[in-house]
Amino acid sequence: MKALGRNLFAYLDERFKLQGLFAFAEHKKVPEHEYSFWYYFGGIALFLSGIQVATGIMLLLYYTPSIDAAHESIQFIMSQVKFGWLIRSVHSWTANILIGILFVHMFSTFFLKAYRKPRELTWITGFFLLVLFMAFGFSGYLLPWNELSFFATRVGTDIAGALPLVGTWLKGVILGGTTVSQATLSRFFWFHVALLPLAAFTLIAIHVLLVQILGMSVPIKLKDKKLKEISFFPDFIYKDALGWTLILVLIGVICVFLPWEVGKKADPFAATPLGIKPEWYFTFMFTTLKLVPSHVLFVEGEVLAILAFLVGGIFWMLAPFLDRKAARGERSPAATWIGIILLLYIVVMTVLTYTVPKL
Amino acid sequence: MPKTIFSIALLAALAFVPPGAAAQTNSCLECHKGLEAELQAPAANFAQDVHQQAGLTCADCHGGNPALADEDKAKDKTFKGAPKRAQIPELCASCHGDAAYMRKFNPRLRVDQLSQYQTSQHGKLLKKGDVKVAVCTDCHGVHGIQTAKFPKSPTFPWNVPQTCGRCHADADYMKAYGIPTDQAAQYKESVHAEALFEKKDMSAPVCNSCHGNHGAFPPEVKSIGSVCRQCHPSTGDLFAKSPHKKAFDDLGQSECEACHGNHRIVRPTTAMLGTDDKAVCVQCHDKGSKGYQAAAELKTLIDGFEVQIEKERATLDLAEKKGVETSDAAFKLQDVNTVLVSAKNLVHGLAVDEIRTKLAEGDQTLNDVEKAGAAALDEARFRRKGLIIATALLALFGIALFLKIRSMHKPA
Repeated sequence: MKALGRNLFAYLDERFKLQGLFAFAEHKKVPEHEYSFWYYFGGIALFLSGIQVATGIMLLLYYTPSIDAAHESIQFIMSQVKFGWLIRSVHSWTANILIGILFVHMFSTFFLKAYRKPRELTWITGFFLLVLFMAFGFSGYLLPWNELSFFATRVGTDIAGALPLVGTWLKGVILGGTTVSQATLSRFFWFHVALLPLAAFTLIAIHVLLVQILGMSVPIKLKDKKLKEISFFPDFIYKDALGWTLILVLIGVICVFLPWEVGKKADPFAATPLGIKPEWYFTFMFTTLKLVPSHVLFVEGEVLAILAFLVGGIFWMLAPFLDRKAARGERSPAATWIGIILLLYIVVMTVLTYTVPKL
Repeated sequence: MPKTIFSIALLAALAFVPPGAAAQTNSCLECHKGLEAELQAPAANFAQDVHQQAGLTCADCHGGNPALADEDKAKDKTFKGAPKRAQIPELCASCHGDAAYMRKFNPRLRVDQLSQYQTSQHGKLLKKGDVKVAVCTDCHGVHGIQTAKFPKSPTFPWNVPQTCGRCHADADYMKAYGIPTDQAAQYKESVHAEALFEKKDMSAPVCNSCHGNHGAFPPEVKSIGSVCRQCHPSTGDLFAKSPHKKAFDDLGQSECEACHGNHRIVRPTTAMLGTDDKAVCVQCHDKGSKGYQAAAELKTLIDGFEVQIEKERATLDLAEKKGVETSDAAFKLQDVNTVLVSAKNLVHGLAVDEIRTKLAEGDQTLNDVEKAGAAALDEARFRRKGLIIATALLALFGIALFLKIRSMHKPA
């Protein structure tokens, strides 16, 4: 048996040059220090992305992207398909947990200044990956064609439509018409299972490749210290796997006790239900739009807020280039404070959305 | 040159004067706008009046010449002033009773309101000189009259109980007539009010649906059944074929009202059936009588089926709470509920065999729902067991990993 294994490995090694890959992994070192904990969130995000691909492919077997059958197909998956409830619940819950993990990963990277030279492109690809995964969430939310997702999409696309100059055009492109319809469902489905996965795979490949080439960043305050190092394989991977196992247990428990609901089928002619809101990761922007005054000087408040988010997003993406001190390897408390304020803003606005619904 | 400029200016000024502007001058409105509150109201409200929108003016009801600015001249010999209450029905009917005239505005509008009114209790008392009774303006308003299709109109369905209640719920006002004044309050507790106010069902009956509007009259014992049959025809047919029909007629008892009441008609429940204190059957059937036994049998039949439905509903709710999707079974339970509603309706015909046959139609579906409910609970148990096993395996894997990591950190 051992001989068969050796022969098989030799066969594959001859063709895929596996020895080189193993040698790279074993020689690659990961620094260990008091902030090492935060390194594992990237790996967890990658693991959860894998779960999304696997469960998404399985859901494709039964899901029907038509306004007459989408809701029914989800109901069928949840009630009739063997383990369908589990696959769909894992897909929906993991999507939410994944975006939460991405936020943690992004802010930990920001506070540890891991974006500094030469990892600017790792940060930028990461930024676009967060945008892509939020787009995954937005497009996936509509697919079950239920009441909440239908009206949340309507509200969300209305916000896009409020953008100056390009708003009407952009809304038309997103919706495939003037309102949420079959055309919208078709293109959201296409976005969700074709365009976004293609873009995400490409970006993940670049992001992971950069992490492998450049290695893990060491926080500025520790950069001159002699740090303990562990090998990437198997030591770091073992620890990563422990994190994946814990998160898998968490997803399992949530899915069994709180399977993702099917909801009421969308009725385009019904009045918008009270308290409609988007997925939680959009709520900080949604609540801002609700709180902003109707006019700030001569500019419409909503337009101003949308533009502020756009400009803010661009600045956030360009953080490695704007934080000159970090680029020089010096501590940059100003950047840290900006990060803390932004994090507090997101947390407060999100909490307000759910605690003060009548804002 | 100045002449040319003057001519152009004059033409321009004329071009901006709307045609007929002079004819639209209404001195009544102009004057009344400047008067104190009570006399100002007609001018303020008339802008929203359906008659104003149809092109009528103050003069069409009050006479006079609104085109003249001088008050004395405007109040010419045709001026009638405010009509007396007793004159109002005739005044309104002078247009609303004229089919040829009304055709110009709304050919679908009935023109028999006055003749109907004269048959009503209101009309009869007015004829006797009682000016406290309702006339057209009491229900439709005055100087701000809207059609019954307008939600703010006092004759719009969900405003009607309030409109009638303005007089009929006023104990002091109604004292002289010696009739109850709790009808509006009772109605608000009824299943009809629930449909109207909570479900916003505009077809739900309000006061005028049963009593008539212009010909408003309390339905007599013999006509109550006919009133209810307007909306509940199958129930009426079943009752007409039942042994109750003759018995009620012989006793001079009103049909539906005897069991369901009148203004406070609450949602009928199985509690109305049977032989206990809350049952309506015991109002007439003495213990040991044939009717008493039939009531007990009906109660057992309907109750048994209803209890079974509630049991299955509770099972499905429990499974749903445990996270198992049961909408298919819940949908089937709705079918069973429809059978129950039909069976309850058949109670009005008192044909026990027919009710038994109807309930049997739902038995098979009820069994299917029972099986689906049990399967859903089994599924919930299976999921929890599966979670325990999977978590145990993952925990073992996690512990093994943890031990491996710890062993790697030990100094060699």
